[in-house]
Amino acid sequence: MMTPGKIQHYGDALYAAWRERRTIPPLLEQEPEITLEDAYAIQLRMIERRLQAGETVVGKKIGVTSKPVQDFLGVFQPDFGQLTSAMVYQEGDVIPLDTLIQPKAEAEVAFVLKEDLKGPGITAADVIRATDYVVPCFEIVDSRIKDWKIKIQDTVADNASCGVYVLGKTKGDPRKIDLALAGMVLEKNGELIGTACGAAVQGSPANAVAWLANTLGSLGIPFKAGEVILSGSQSMLVDVKDGDELVCTVGGMGSCRVKFAGRSAV
Amino acid sequence: MNAAVKTTLSREDVVRLCERVESAQLGAHAIRKLTDEYPAMTLADGYLVQNELRKRWLARGHRQVGWKAGLTSRAKMKQMGVDVPSIGFLMADMARAENSSITVADMVHPRVECEVAFVTKAELKGPNCTAEQVLAATDFVLPAVEVIDSRFSGFKFDLPSVVADNGSSARFVTGGRPRNVADVDLRTLGVTLEKNGEIAALGASAAVLGNPAEAVAMLVNIISEWGDTLPAGSFVMSGGITEAIAVKAGDTVLARFQELGSVSMRFV
Repeated sequence: MMTPGKIQHYGDALYAAWRERRTIPPLLEQEPEITLEDAYAIQLRMIERRLQAGETVVGKKIGVTSKPVQDFLGVFQPDFGQLTSAMVYQEGDVIPLDTLIQPKAEAEVAFVLKEDLKGPGITAADVIRATDYVVPCFEIVDSRIKDWKIKIQDTVADNASCGVYVLGKTKGDPRKIDLALAGMVLEKNGELIGTACGAAVQGSPANAVAWLANTLGSLGIPFKAGEVILSGSQSMLVDVKDGDELVCTVGGMGSCRVKFAGRSAV
Repeated sequence: MNAAVKTTLSREDVVRLCERVESAQLGAHAIRKLTDEYPAMTLADGYLVQNELRKRWLARGHRQVGWKAGLTSRAKMKQMGVDVPSIGFLMADMARAENSSITVADMVHPRVECEVAFVTKAELKGPNCTAEQVLAATDFVLPAVEVIDSRFSGFKFDLPSVVADNGSSARFVTGGRPRNVADVDLRTLGVTLEKNGEIAALGASAAVLGNPAEAVAMLVNIISEWGDTLPAGSFVMSGGITEAIAVKAGDTVLARFQELGSVSMRFV
């Protein structure tokens, strides 16, 4: 277990890297013994700094939800990060890439809660009951770790590599949609670049949200009505540059469209 | 593509290659791809061999139920190293019942893939058949699994060879729930393919040329090149949504489709 002083040091280092749009070396290179618990403690410190600077927590993101990504990182469970008010874009906004370091886009389904979800003991059925609506979305992931050379501890400490996100405007009722089989179609600049369905995320995105509720409950982190949950990527990571436009369409749910302008730091 | 463009095979060559493919299909043994011996063989040559093969099936008194489109998704084209879709014919003998046991001993190296199948209620004619015309002529769609089985060693082939081998057609299974095309979004139907309880592949129907109806239109246009039309009542498999997954005796397969239900089978 890391000392509180080191936790604070690395949390502050990641916060500074985020603010200054630059990367730092992988934490594991500096601290080979770093644990997953240490990494979440560093994440909390990084978020604490952002909240001190005036941001508020608006939700959570779930990462590392697909088997290929879990195999790549050598882990068997997802991870999570916190969404803040500074990460929110509306559909129709142009995302300025010069606010990001080395961004990539992921197409997902977001859940918006209408009731608190307090784990442990939360099931997928509880998630559906507590969900106000589901909506197609894009998460623009970004890494404060040099060249995306991440292990699970690096991405967890770095707020699950969260950048910014945008929700679509068409809301779906989770009671009327087969979340596991809702097809996802991803297009870049008018060309089809991939398809998937909800089952890519833990068998169903509702399973991922239940995992999150139970994990947050055991850590004592609140999970409140009104929060947005990005349930995990159903697509590959998509490189984006100035002028690119992405559209994801989810069967029975609707679509989300996002445009990019400018240049990222890397 | 235009299958009528150029042929290089003599009538004798066509019959010879047809007999070679037919023998491999009936005997479930692998052969080398045809272009190893006929390097100049074209896509049009491939269809000459396929049509000869179809004539032989029909001459033996079998019923053709329709057609299949193949190599219609990026995933499949990438997997097989080709860049144009293909088609093949489907005979009633190739159908297997949902939830039945399918023998693998009479196949070389079977693979399964999930597809949206179309059943038509009006004749469709090419050239210039469109997806809109296909939708208007569709009686219903239903979920299907195609069991493909290339007769070429190592599932390695090129377009002329695979077309001559009837697009690797072997068996097909339908199931689930028929739907009217007006009641479903044919672009966004999500699909999972589970083998022995684990998801082996997944995707959405737009993977097939943006919309499976486009694959049916393409197929109608290809058969029009030798003067065929697609009669009312035809059964058309529109092409694999995911990559194909290898199966062997003892495997169970479950394909689940958004809005269309599921199709299951086991291999023995």
